[in-house]
Amino acid sequence: MASHGIKDRVAIVGMGCTNFVEHWDLGLDDLVIEASNQCYSSAGVAKNDVDAYWLGTAQGGMSGITLSRPLQLDNKPVTRVENFCATGSEALRQAAYAVASGAYDLAMAVGVEKTKDSGFQGLNAAPPPNDGTGRTLTAAAMFSMVAPAYAKKFGVDPDELREAIAHVAWKNHYNGARNSRAQFRKEVSMDTIKKSPKVAGDLGVFDCAGVADGAAAAIVCRAEDAHKYTDKPLYVKALSFVAGNGSGLTNPEYDYTTFPEIAACAVDAYAQAGITDPSNQIALAEVHDCFTITELVLMEDLQFSPRGTAWKDVLDGRFDLHGQLPVNPDGGLKSFGHPVGASGLRMMFEAWLQLRHEAGDDRQITTDRSLALTHNLGGYPGEMVSFISILGTELG
Amino acid sequence: MQGIITWGTYLPYRRLDKSSIAPFVGQGGGKGTRTVASFDEDPTTMAVEAARSALRGRNLTPQQLLFATVSPSYADKTNATVIHAALRMNDSVTALDLGASVRSAVGGLIMAARSGVTTLVTSADVRTGLAGSAEEANGGDAGAAFVIGDSSAAPVAAEILAIASATEEFIDRWRAPGTVRTKVWDEKFSEVTYSPLAKATWKQALADAKVSTEEIAMIAVASPHARVASSVAAKLGVAKVVSDVVPTIGNSGAAHPGLLLASLLENSEPNQVVALVSLTDGADVIILRTTQHLANARPTHSLENQVNGGAPLSYGKFLSWRGMMAIEPPRRPEPQRISATAAARSEKWKYGFIGSRDKSTGSVHLPPIRVSVDGQRTDDMEDAPMADVLGTIATFTIDRLAYSPSPPIVFAVVDFDGGGRLPVELCDIDIEEVKIGRRVRMTFRRLFTVDDIPNYFWKATLVRDN
Repeated sequence: MASHGIKDRVAIVGMGCTNFVEHWDLGLDDLVIEASNQCYSSAGVAKNDVDAYWLGTAQGGMSGITLSRPLQLDNKPVTRVENFCATGSEALRQAAYAVASGAYDLAMAVGVEKTKDSGFQGLNAAPPPNDGTGRTLTAAAMFSMVAPAYAKKFGVDPDELREAIAHVAWKNHYNGARNSRAQFRKEVSMDTIKKSPKVAGDLGVFDCAGVADGAAAAIVCRAEDAHKYTDKPLYVKALSFVAGNGSGLTNPEYDYTTFPEIAACAVDAYAQAGITDPSNQIALAEVHDCFTITELVLMEDLQFSPRGTAWKDVLDGRFDLHGQLPVNPDGGLKSFGHPVGASGLRMMFEAWLQLRHEAGDDRQITTDRSLALTHNLGGYPGEMVSFISILGTELG
Repeated sequence: MQGIITWGTYLPYRRLDKSSIAPFVGQGGGKGTRTVASFDEDPTTMAVEAARSALRGRNLTPQQLLFATVSPSYADKTNATVIHAALRMNDSVTALDLGASVRSAVGGLIMAARSGVTTLVTSADVRTGLAGSAEEANGGDAGAAFVIGDSSAAPVAAEILAIASATEEFIDRWRAPGTVRTKVWDEKFSEVTYSPLAKATWKQALADAKVSTEEIAMIAVASPHARVASSVAAKLGVAKVVSDVVPTIGNSGAAHPGLLLASLLENSEPNQVVALVSLTDGADVIILRTTQHLANARPTHSLENQVNGGAPLSYGKFLSWRGMMAIEPPRRPEPQRISATAAARSEKWKYGFIGSRDKSTGSVHLPPIRVSVDGQRTDDMEDAPMADVLGTIATFTIDRLAYSPSPPIVFAVVDFDGGGRLPVELCDIDIEEVKIGRRVRMTFRRLFTVDDIPNYFWKATLVRDN
């Protein structure tokens, strides 16, 4: 029993990503058509060349037919997957394993969410019929409990922590302003961020991710076939997934200053990829900044900063676009927007652009490193799923 | 004859200052305050809280449960079964609703006294009325509970010496079922009708109890009509009348006779004869003699403490909580109807707040789980009743976006004494009061109502001095 991973056995050879905005004029079908067509074109393949599909959508539709019907696929195997906000990553993970198993030559992962047809702000889950005893809080409220706990545990002045998480929002807006696909394309001042109306706890509007419609897609093949499709494939170095057992909600020892599922997921991912010094080996990280405080804590769970110090590294600009380890150079969920089922693949799309030096002058990072990390979580502090991928341009 | 073994009362936390009514409505209101059930309370939840106060720390197993209210949350379906479940009573207990009249409440006491089995008698009311009405201003919300039985069940705190009743059909107060407005005839008509009924019944009760008026140490007269209550009290000739709580808490309809009886008992000495006179659709008189067990029977949370407690509520909130004024909800999906089958399966958790305790490790799980947290053992758990366990706020938040009938939601992660953690909504709290480390207790509430199904579950509330 072990998590062996599939290092260097699978490559991403084509990707597509729609703009993530409030697409009042596009439905879910339109979004998957656009992302898929970009993806076929990117890989230089015809629709019928792809042998199998995985569709990630949290609430966009049931079954593989949600994809096969709009794309008019010809008797292809299509599986719809869902894993909270890590749904898009899950689709890629399944497609990669299918190729690694030898079952298919080419597989495609598509992630999509049409969030803005609900008429409500934020994300809204539709729970199955239940006994009425479950929590009804927003995600913002659940994550807002992290900031005061973190400040208390590590003796951080709440105003300094406020400054640090505002910097996360500032940075991600700065990056998103340089990304034509992003939902919010304006830089926002620290003052505006800090003074934004409170949503939950101390988290204001600008501490929360944007909610957008969008789709993204990736085509994978066996690593040895990668150069049939592109000169610059991204090899899958690690795919790690952890579904927590919810113990943080019931165990008084959980202190809301870390996400243990993510810390465990990171250990597994680094082992799969053979990474021993993540912050000095990884060129960029795309992480799940659903709320600003989340990104800050992730820097510690992903081992980029020692415990209790990420707030300093954030303020020092270490994770800024041209910092030592750029985090969310595409603007992240904060500024790129968060169509749930698409976000995991959107993160990989940024890794695809950056490692291939195709991100454009405005936000292309300069680095001699060849590895990117994407991290995608779903759920809440105490009860979450975590996904991490590590992708690289070099074999070995 | 049976007697009262113990009792409990419940007053909701909020108070409406009646002087805030007229500036808003242009009429109504007056002096003093009234109690206001929170948006997440109803007669059923208040009866549960009164009964919990009565039963707490006592090893009592009533065989009957009676519940009276004018404003039941369910018709057709029994409301007392919710109370039964919340109190974790034995399945063999007969749980019944009494009809939706004020008189049913005192009727429950009488039926229990005559029943020969240990009975938990509960009553509660949420008193409503049109904006600016006397009913709105003079009403109050409350719950009361009594355990009636004989000394074979537990020491009796007050023996019932006599019960006398008179019944008369006349239309002095009425309302259509399910509506908010009680209508009244001329109060003078009530007074002239009740006075002779009260006098005759009083005389009969004294004769049956073989006591004289002079031997009665204290009397309480309950009537929905304040004027009738005070005039009859004066006419019966008992020197001491229990202090009037109505100016502070209002007249709580079906709960009112129970509150007055509790007040009588809480202000009595052992071996005194006291009497409750209730005047609704006739007259009912109960004469009791307190015993040396009176002090031990007192609930820890006295009525007086609760009368002196509470915190203000704006008139606007009062109107919205009672559904008299619709306010804009947060722009979030409203909750779905609960599943009857799922609720039935989780009865012990949902209604009884019973978690599971790992027999091997002692760890407590809220909600209950079947598999140990190390994943190794299935069904190695025992019941962990947590409703009466206090907890401490580990962390908290204010959710300004989530759906609530009265936003914002104040929410905390609560760690229970002796183990167990639950992230849970707080109630009866102002935002500035919530702090890490504050002590909380659990209280039975109605979270929301969809498709006419009240969704009952538990919330946490601050442990306060009163």
